[in-house]
Amino acid sequence: MVAVLTRIFGFHNLALAEDVVQDAFCRATEVWPYRGVPENPSAWLMAAARNRALDVLRRERTARTHEPELSRLLQSEWTLAPVVKDMFTEDAINDEQLRMMFCCCHPRLPEDAQVMLVLHILCGFGVHEVANAFVTSYTSVEKRIPRAKKVLAGSKRLFDTGSSAEFSARLPAVQRALYLLFNEGYHGASAESAIRIELCDEAMRLAALLLKHPLGATSATCALSALMCLNKARLTARVDASGKLNSLLDQDRSLWDQSLVAEGLQLLELSAKGSELIEYHIEAAIAAVHATAPSIQETDWDKIVSLYDALMGIRPSPIVALNRAIAIGQRDGAERGLAELRTITDSERLVTYPFYHAAFGEFELRSDRAASACEHFSTALKLSRNPMERQFFERRLSACR
Amino acid sequence: MSEFTYIFRGRKTSGSPEEMQQHFEKWLAWFKDLNAKGHMKDPGHPLEATGKVVSGKRKVVNDGPYAEAKDVIGGYIVVEANDLAHAAELSKGCPILEVGGSVEVRPIQQLKM
Repeated sequence: MVAVLTRIFGFHNLALAEDVVQDAFCRATEVWPYRGVPENPSAWLMAAARNRALDVLRRERTARTHEPELSRLLQSEWTLAPVVKDMFTEDAINDEQLRMMFCCCHPRLPEDAQVMLVLHILCGFGVHEVANAFVTSYTSVEKRIPRAKKVLAGSKRLFDTGSSAEFSARLPAVQRALYLLFNEGYHGASAESAIRIELCDEAMRLAALLLKHPLGATSATCALSALMCLNKARLTARVDASGKLNSLLDQDRSLWDQSLVAEGLQLLELSAKGSELIEYHIEAAIAAVHATAPSIQETDWDKIVSLYDALMGIRPSPIVALNRAIAIGQRDGAERGLAELRTITDSERLVTYPFYHAAFGEFELRSDRAASACEHFSTALKLSRNPMERQFFERRLSACR
Repeated sequence: MSEFTYIFRGRKTSGSPEEMQQHFEKWLAWFKDLNAKGHMKDPGHPLEATGKVVSGKRKVVNDGPYAEAKDVIGGYIVVEANDLAHAAELSKGCPILEVGGSVEVRPIQQLKM
């Protein structure tokens, strides 16, 4: 809704757009307790926001949008209501969300600010929720969001999704933001939960919008969506009914969502068209190997190791190196895994990451050195960031004894 | 380029909701077309059929307008066109003509003081 209203009021009036939405929600809290929740609450809210927007436009009688074409149509009663109505149709809303995604990924904003804006404007996350999602303080988000909005308001015009050059130039930033959003949900360091499914869902919803756009449906977007589908398919098994975190080793594979796996594989196939090969392709391919393996033993670890090798070539990071070492340990045995873990450069960036220590613990345990394993798991336990992780490491610890 | 006012007279008053809706959409399409081609100078407003007429030195106020339905002004817009003939040509797209109404095309007068 904010996306549509921003088109109407202009980016420099983002606050006004947000007020209008806020008003619609306030109206709902006033009206619904008396008349009951309407049959289609989101349509009701949409209509309320639309009417409120009409009120504002009529009162001011100066369309504030950046686009002269639209502004003229919004000035006149001949066209005001029908034009606003057209902007609230499903297709138009999708278009505006897409446009807003591209606006949020403004090159003058750092990546994490872009993701924060996407969460805040497009996913309707409040400052608290954004702070939670990013494991940062309320005050820091409270400062950063308005600063980011100011940068956007300063841009002379709205992003033109019709211009293929602009679209393609900014597409990687948009993909990156959605990737970060998804990962934040998947491996996030939130204090309450190791997994925030709602963040993954939002990332997938927005990625689906990209896929629907003729310019957005590139090989990289397909790969990114494939990656999300294949990982999301396994989420239900990562946390079991009692909220217990399960490692890949002891997940109940029958819980994996096979329709998502199928969708992911199909997207992965689509992504293979074209000559582009970037990290999303490789990460999706890794996820596909896991998703199609009937068990941990029958997993093609050789293929996974070579995919991690390729990933290290394109986008090296300590986390990728850690995952590669784990895969080597699965393929060649615990001792080789330990050796690989020790060769990770930049490992100082991993010392606060609990799963780095847990990987050592796991391989030590398999090499029958329970005491050393115990020590590593204790370190991991101290570093754990939420109850789910804590419980998980406690269980690993008790396995050492 | 000069400016011209279109004064619309008569309006579609009967028809099923679907017909009214279709008629309305024709108006919207016409406005959007004029706008897209750069002819729309001021999109004006539609006017209610009722009102008051104030007249004479004694400023008598009457309910009005009393004209016949087909003569009641239904609204106005201001367009830009090359000349009067061009403006008249452009007005032929107006959906009011399909329902028995008319468009009066009047050049805006530039007063010389």
